[in-house]
Amino acid sequence: MTVNIEEKVREIIVEQLDVEAEKVVREASFSEDLGADSLDTVELLMAFESDFNLEISDEEAAKINTVGDVIDHIEKLKA
Amino acid sequence: MDLKGKNVFVTGGVQGIGQAIAYNLTKAGANVFLNYIGNVNTEEVLATHKDNEGKCFISQGDVTNTDDCARNVEEAIEKLGSLDALVNNAGITKDNLFMRMTQAEWDQVLSVNLTGVYNMTKQAIRYFVKAKKGSIVNIGSIVGSSGNPGQVNYSSTKAALIGFSKSLAQELGSRNIRCNVVAPGFIRTAMTDKLNEEQKKALLSKIPMRRMGEAEDIANSVMFLISDVSQYISGTVLHVNGAMY
Repeated sequence: MTVNIEEKVREIIVEQLDVEAEKVVREASFSEDLGADSLDTVELLMAFESDFNLEISDEEAAKINTVGDVIDHIEKLKA
Repeated sequence: MDLKGKNVFVTGGVQGIGQAIAYNLTKAGANVFLNYIGNVNTEEVLATHKDNEGKCFISQGDVTNTDDCARNVEEAIEKLGSLDALVNNAGITKDNLFMRMTQAEWDQVLSVNLTGVYNMTKQAIRYFVKAKKGSIVNIGSIVGSSGNPGQVNYSSTKAALIGFSKSLAQELGSRNIRCNVVAPGFIRTAMTDKLNEEQKKALLSKIPMRRMGEAEDIANSVMFLISDVSQYISGTVLHVNGAMY
Protein backbone atom coordinates (compact mmCIF):
# COMPACT_ATOMS: atom_id res chain seq x y z
CA MET A 1 0.00 0.00 0.00
CA THR A 2 2.80 2.42 0.96
CA VAL A 3 4.61 1.69 -2.28
CA ASN A 4 1.44 2.40 -4.21
CA ILE A 5 1.02 5.82 -2.66
CA GLU A 6 4.60 6.73 -3.45
CA GLU A 7 4.28 5.53 -7.02
CA LYS A 8 1.01 7.30 -7.56
CA VAL A 9 2.36 10.56 -6.12
CA ARG A 10 5.32 10.39 -8.48
CA GLU A 11 3.05 9.70 -11.44
CA ILE A 12 0.87 12.70 -10.62
CA ILE A 13 3.91 14.95 -10.30
CA VAL A 14 5.38 13.78 -13.60
CA GLU A 15 2.09 14.40 -15.33
CA GLN A 16 1.22 17.73 -13.71
CA LEU A 17 4.63 19.34 -13.92
CA ASP A 18 5.66 17.66 -17.14
CA VAL A 19 9.04 16.64 -15.70
CA GLU A 20 11.16 13.53 -16.21
CA ALA A 21 10.38 10.70 -13.80
CA GLU A 22 14.00 10.34 -12.64
CA LYS A 23 13.97 13.91 -11.34
CA VAL A 24 11.07 13.15 -9.03
CA VAL A 25 13.09 11.92 -6.05
CA ARG A 26 12.07 12.28 -2.41
CA GLU A 27 14.49 15.17 -1.82
CA ALA A 28 13.38 17.16 -4.88
CA SER A 29 11.87 20.54 -4.03
CA PHE A 30 8.84 21.47 -6.13
CA SER A 31 9.86 25.07 -6.63
CA GLU A 32 13.65 24.74 -6.79
CA ASP A 33 14.22 21.39 -8.47
CA LEU A 34 11.04 20.74 -10.40
CA GLY A 35 10.34 24.27 -11.64
CA ALA A 36 6.88 24.61 -10.11
CA ASP A 37 5.45 28.10 -9.64
CA SER A 38 2.84 28.88 -6.99
CA LEU A 39 -0.01 28.00 -9.33
CA ASP A 40 1.60 24.67 -10.24
CA THR A 41 1.79 23.85 -6.55
CA VAL A 42 -1.90 24.63 -6.07
CA GLU A 43 -2.78 22.47 -9.06
CA LEU A 44 -0.64 19.64 -7.71
CA LEU A 45 -2.30 19.75 -4.32
CA MET A 46 -5.71 19.73 -6.00
CA ALA A 47 -4.67 16.70 -8.05
CA PHE A 48 -3.49 14.87 -4.91
CA GLU A 49 -6.71 15.75 -3.15
CA SER A 50 -8.92 14.44 -5.93
CA ASP A 51 -6.86 11.35 -6.78
CA PHE A 52 -6.41 10.26 -3.17
CA ASN A 53 -9.80 11.53 -2.07
CA LEU A 54 -8.49 13.58 0.85
CA GLU A 55 -8.15 17.18 1.93
CA ILE A 56 -4.89 18.99 2.52
CA SER A 57 -5.42 22.11 4.62
CA ASP A 58 -3.68 25.38 3.74
CA GLU A 59 -1.70 25.11 6.95
CA GLU A 60 -0.44 21.65 6.04
CA ALA A 61 0.13 22.67 2.43
CA ALA A 62 2.45 25.45 3.55
CA LYS A 63 4.75 22.85 5.12
CA ILE A 64 5.06 20.83 1.93
CA ASN A 65 8.19 21.63 -0.06
CA THR A 66 9.54 18.37 -1.36
CA VAL A 67 8.26 15.20 -3.01
CA GLY A 68 9.03 13.34 0.24
CA ASP A 69 6.90 15.80 2.23
CA VAL A 70 3.88 14.96 0.08
CA ILE A 71 4.42 11.22 0.25
CA ASP A 72 4.82 11.30 4.04
CA HIS A 73 1.80 13.52 4.45
CA ILE A 74 -0.50 11.41 2.28
CA GLU A 75 0.71 8.20 3.91
CA LYS A 76 -0.05 9.71 7.31
CA LEU A 77 -3.55 10.78 6.20
CA LYS A 78 -4.25 7.40 4.63
CA ALA A 79 -2.86 5.37 7.55
CA MET B 1 -16.80 37.38 -36.85
CA ASP B 2 -16.06 33.69 -37.16
CA LEU B 3 -16.20 31.79 -33.89
CA LYS B 4 -16.73 28.37 -35.37
CA GLY B 5 -15.93 25.60 -32.91
CA LYS B 6 -15.74 27.84 -29.84
CA ASN B 7 -17.69 26.51 -26.87
CA VAL B 8 -19.06 29.15 -24.56
CA PHE B 9 -21.01 29.19 -21.30
CA VAL B 10 -23.24 32.25 -20.95
CA THR B 11 -24.92 32.78 -17.59
CA GLY B 12 -28.37 34.30 -17.81
CA GLY B 13 -28.25 33.95 -21.56
CA VAL B 14 -32.00 33.75 -22.03
CA GLN B 15 -32.96 37.41 -21.77
CA GLY B 16 -31.72 40.94 -22.25
CA ILE B 17 -28.07 41.42 -23.10
CA GLY B 18 -27.32 37.76 -22.33
CA GLN B 19 -29.81 36.64 -24.95
CA ALA B 20 -28.17 38.89 -27.54
CA ILE B 21 -24.74 37.58 -26.59
CA ALA B 22 -25.90 33.96 -26.92
CA TYR B 23 -27.73 34.63 -30.20
CA ASN B 24 -24.79 36.39 -31.82
CA LEU B 25 -22.44 33.65 -30.63
CA THR B 26 -24.40 30.86 -32.28
CA LYS B 27 -24.82 33.06 -35.35
CA ALA B 28 -21.01 33.32 -35.51
CA GLY B 29 -20.72 29.53 -35.30
CA ALA B 30 -19.96 29.15 -31.59
CA ASN B 31 -21.82 26.61 -29.47
CA VAL B 32 -23.38 27.93 -26.29
CA PHE B 33 -24.60 26.55 -23.00
CA LEU B 34 -27.04 28.75 -21.09
CA ASN B 35 -28.32 28.53 -17.56
CA TYR B 36 -31.44 30.21 -16.28
CA ILE B 37 -33.66 30.54 -13.25
CA GLY B 38 -37.40 31.02 -12.94
CA ASN B 39 -40.03 30.46 -15.54
CA VAL B 40 -38.37 30.25 -18.90
CA ASN B 41 -39.84 28.63 -21.99
CA THR B 42 -36.77 26.65 -22.96
CA GLU B 43 -38.31 25.47 -26.24
CA GLU B 44 -38.75 29.07 -27.25
CA VAL B 45 -35.17 29.92 -26.34
CA LEU B 46 -33.82 26.97 -28.31
CA ALA B 47 -36.01 27.92 -31.27
CA THR B 48 -34.35 31.34 -31.54
CA HIS B 49 -31.02 29.58 -32.13
CA LYS B 50 -32.18 26.84 -34.46
CA ASP B 51 -31.33 28.60 -37.74
CA ASN B 52 -27.89 29.59 -36.50
CA GLU B 53 -24.75 27.63 -37.19
CA GLY B 54 -23.77 27.02 -33.58
CA LYS B 55 -25.68 24.76 -31.22
CA CYS B 56 -27.48 25.91 -28.10
CA PHE B 57 -28.00 23.94 -24.89
CA ILE B 58 -29.89 25.11 -21.88
CA SER B 59 -30.26 24.02 -18.29
CA GLN B 60 -31.80 25.30 -15.10
CA GLY B 61 -29.23 26.63 -12.66
CA ASP B 62 -28.84 29.40 -10.12
CA VAL B 63 -25.45 31.14 -10.04
CA THR B 64 -25.85 31.75 -6.31
CA ASN B 65 -26.02 28.01 -5.71
CA THR B 66 -22.61 26.33 -5.81
CA ASP B 67 -24.06 22.88 -6.51
CA ASP B 68 -25.99 24.25 -9.50
CA CYS B 69 -22.83 25.90 -10.83
CA ALA B 70 -20.81 22.70 -10.54
CA ARG B 71 -23.55 20.71 -12.24
CA ASN B 72 -24.07 23.29 -15.01
CA VAL B 73 -20.38 23.48 -15.89
CA GLU B 74 -20.18 19.69 -15.93
CA GLU B 75 -23.25 19.52 -18.18
CA ALA B 76 -21.78 22.18 -20.46
CA ILE B 77 -18.51 20.32 -20.92
CA GLU B 78 -20.41 17.09 -21.54
CA LYS B 79 -22.74 18.66 -24.14
CA LEU B 80 -20.20 20.94 -25.81
CA GLY B 81 -17.22 18.60 -25.59
CA SER B 82 -14.97 21.30 -24.17
CA LEU B 83 -15.13 24.85 -22.86
CA ASP B 84 -13.31 27.84 -24.33
CA ALA B 85 -15.00 30.72 -22.61
CA LEU B 86 -17.27 31.78 -19.78
CA VAL B 87 -19.44 34.87 -20.00
CA ASN B 88 -20.62 35.95 -16.56
CA ASN B 89 -23.64 37.90 -17.64
CA ALA B 90 -26.34 37.03 -15.09
CA GLY B 91 -27.17 40.04 -13.00
CA ILE B 92 -30.00 41.75 -11.20
CA THR B 93 -30.89 45.21 -9.98
CA LYS B 94 -32.71 46.14 -6.79
CA ASP B 95 -32.59 49.90 -7.08
CA ASN B 96 -33.30 52.14 -4.14
CA LEU B 97 -31.85 55.30 -2.71
CA PHE B 98 -29.22 54.28 -0.22
CA MET B 99 -31.09 55.75 2.74
CA ARG B 100 -34.00 53.48 1.86
CA MET B 101 -32.02 50.47 0.70
CA THR B 102 -32.78 47.33 2.71
CA GLN B 103 -30.27 44.74 3.75
CA ALA B 104 -32.13 42.27 1.53
CA GLU B 105 -31.75 44.53 -1.52
CA TRP B 106 -28.06 44.85 -0.81
CA ASP B 107 -27.53 41.13 -0.13
CA GLN B 108 -29.49 39.88 -3.14
CA VAL B 109 -27.61 42.05 -5.62
CA LEU B 110 -24.21 41.11 -4.17
CA SER B 111 -25.17 37.47 -4.12
CA VAL B 112 -26.11 37.26 -7.82
CA ASN B 113 -23.81 39.86 -9.37
CA LEU B 114 -20.64 39.16 -7.41
CA THR B 115 -20.82 35.83 -5.57
CA GLY B 116 -22.46 34.36 -8.66
CA VAL B 117 -19.42 35.33 -10.70
CA TYR B 118 -17.15 33.81 -8.05
CA ASN B 119 -19.15 30.57 -8.08
CA MET B 120 -19.24 30.15 -11.84
CA THR B 121 -15.65 31.18 -12.39
CA LYS B 122 -14.46 28.82 -9.66
CA GLN B 123 -16.03 25.90 -11.52
CA ALA B 124 -14.94 26.88 -15.02
CA ILE B 125 -11.40 27.72 -13.96
CA ARG B 126 -10.68 24.15 -12.94
CA TYR B 127 -11.25 23.17 -16.53
CA PHE B 128 -9.43 26.16 -18.03
CA VAL B 129 -6.32 25.54 -15.91
CA LYS B 130 -6.16 21.95 -17.09
CA ALA B 131 -6.72 22.97 -20.70
CA LYS B 132 -4.20 25.81 -20.30
CA LYS B 133 -6.52 28.20 -22.09
CA GLY B 134 -9.74 30.06 -21.54
CA SER B 135 -11.38 33.43 -21.78
CA ILE B 136 -13.60 34.85 -19.07
CA VAL B 137 -15.73 37.85 -19.88
CA ASN B 138 -17.51 39.55 -17.01
CA ILE B 139 -20.35 41.85 -17.87
CA GLY B 140 -19.87 44.99 -15.82
CA SER B 141 -21.54 48.32 -16.22
CA ILE B 142 -20.69 51.94 -16.75
CA VAL B 143 -22.13 52.63 -13.30
CA GLY B 144 -19.30 50.58 -11.81
CA SER B 145 -17.03 53.40 -12.91
CA SER B 146 -19.33 56.43 -12.97
CA GLY B 147 -21.72 55.64 -10.12
CA ASN B 148 -25.46 56.18 -10.31
CA PRO B 149 -27.92 57.42 -7.69
CA GLY B 150 -30.20 54.59 -6.56
CA GLN B 151 -27.71 51.92 -7.51
CA VAL B 152 -25.23 51.81 -4.65
CA ASN B 153 -25.65 48.04 -4.47
CA TYR B 154 -25.54 47.37 -8.22
CA SER B 155 -22.67 49.77 -8.96
CA SER B 156 -20.66 48.30 -6.07
CA THR B 157 -20.85 44.86 -7.62
CA LYS B 158 -19.97 46.14 -11.08
CA ALA B 159 -16.94 48.02 -9.75
CA ALA B 160 -15.94 44.90 -7.84
CA LEU B 161 -15.91 42.89 -11.06
CA ILE B 162 -13.12 45.13 -12.35
CA GLY B 163 -10.87 44.26 -9.41
CA PHE B 164 -11.93 40.64 -9.66
CA SER B 165 -11.03 40.48 -13.35
CA LYS B 166 -7.72 42.30 -13.05
CA SER B 167 -6.55 40.12 -10.16
CA LEU B 168 -7.64 36.89 -11.80
CA ALA B 169 -6.00 37.94 -15.07
CA GLN B 170 -2.72 38.36 -13.19
CA GLU B 171 -3.06 35.07 -11.32
CA LEU B 172 -3.84 33.02 -14.39
CA GLY B 173 -1.99 34.84 -17.15
CA SER B 174 0.75 32.22 -17.10
CA ARG B 175 -1.88 29.61 -17.95
CA ASN B 176 -3.07 31.46 -21.02
CA ILE B 177 -6.34 32.28 -19.29
CA ARG B 178 -7.69 35.74 -19.92
CA CYS B 179 -10.23 37.70 -17.93
CA ASN B 180 -11.80 40.95 -19.02
CA VAL B 181 -14.80 43.15 -18.35
CA VAL B 182 -17.23 44.50 -20.90
CA ALA B 183 -18.90 47.52 -19.35
CA PRO B 184 -22.10 48.47 -21.15
CA GLY B 185 -23.42 52.00 -20.98
CA PHE B 186 -27.07 52.73 -21.57
CA ILE B 187 -28.33 49.72 -23.53
CA ARG B 188 -31.92 49.15 -24.57
CA THR B 189 -33.16 46.12 -22.60
CA ALA B 190 -35.96 45.18 -20.24
CA MET B 191 -33.68 46.25 -17.37
CA THR B 192 -33.22 49.79 -18.69
CA ASP B 193 -36.90 49.97 -19.67
CA LYS B 194 -37.61 49.95 -15.96
CA LEU B 195 -36.03 53.39 -15.62
CA ASN B 196 -38.56 56.21 -15.63
CA GLU B 197 -38.76 58.84 -18.39
CA GLU B 198 -36.93 61.40 -16.33
CA GLN B 199 -34.04 59.03 -15.68
CA LYS B 200 -33.89 58.09 -19.36
CA LYS B 201 -33.90 61.72 -20.49
CA ALA B 202 -31.14 62.59 -18.06
CA LEU B 203 -29.06 59.66 -19.25
CA LEU B 204 -29.56 60.38 -22.96
CA SER B 205 -28.38 63.95 -22.47
CA LYS B 206 -25.12 62.54 -21.15
CA ILE B 207 -24.45 60.32 -24.18
CA PRO B 208 -22.32 62.14 -26.76
CA MET B 209 -23.51 59.72 -29.45
CA ARG B 210 -27.09 60.75 -28.58
CA ARG B 211 -28.59 57.29 -28.61
CA MET B 212 -28.89 54.18 -26.52
CA GLY B 213 -26.69 51.25 -27.33
CA GLU B 214 -28.10 48.00 -28.63
CA ALA B 215 -27.58 44.63 -26.99
CA GLU B 216 -25.81 43.58 -30.16
CA ASP B 217 -23.11 46.20 -29.50
CA ILE B 218 -22.33 44.39 -26.26
CA ALA B 219 -22.48 40.98 -27.95
CA ASN B 220 -19.91 42.14 -30.51
CA SER B 221 -17.51 43.22 -27.78
CA VAL B 222 -17.93 39.95 -25.93
CA MET B 223 -17.28 38.00 -29.13
CA PHE B 224 -14.12 39.99 -29.71
CA LEU B 225 -12.84 39.13 -26.22
CA ILE B 226 -13.72 35.45 -26.68
CA SER B 227 -12.07 35.24 -30.07
CA ASP B 228 -8.38 34.61 -30.66
CA VAL B 229 -8.11 38.07 -32.19
CA SER B 230 -7.91 39.43 -28.65
CA GLN B 231 -5.41 36.83 -27.45
CA TYR B 232 -3.10 39.42 -25.81
CA ILE B 233 -5.87 41.38 -24.11
CA SER B 234 -6.42 40.50 -20.45
CA GLY B 235 -7.26 42.33 -17.25
CA THR B 236 -8.89 45.19 -19.07
CA VAL B 237 -12.25 46.94 -19.14
CA LEU B 238 -13.87 47.48 -22.50
CA HIS B 239 -16.33 50.36 -22.17
CA VAL B 240 -19.16 50.24 -24.68
CA ASN B 241 -21.14 53.39 -24.09
CA GLY B 242 -21.16 55.86 -26.97
CA ALA B 243 -18.46 58.03 -25.34
CA MET B 244 -20.60 58.46 -22.24
CA TYR B 245 -17.71 57.66 -19.94
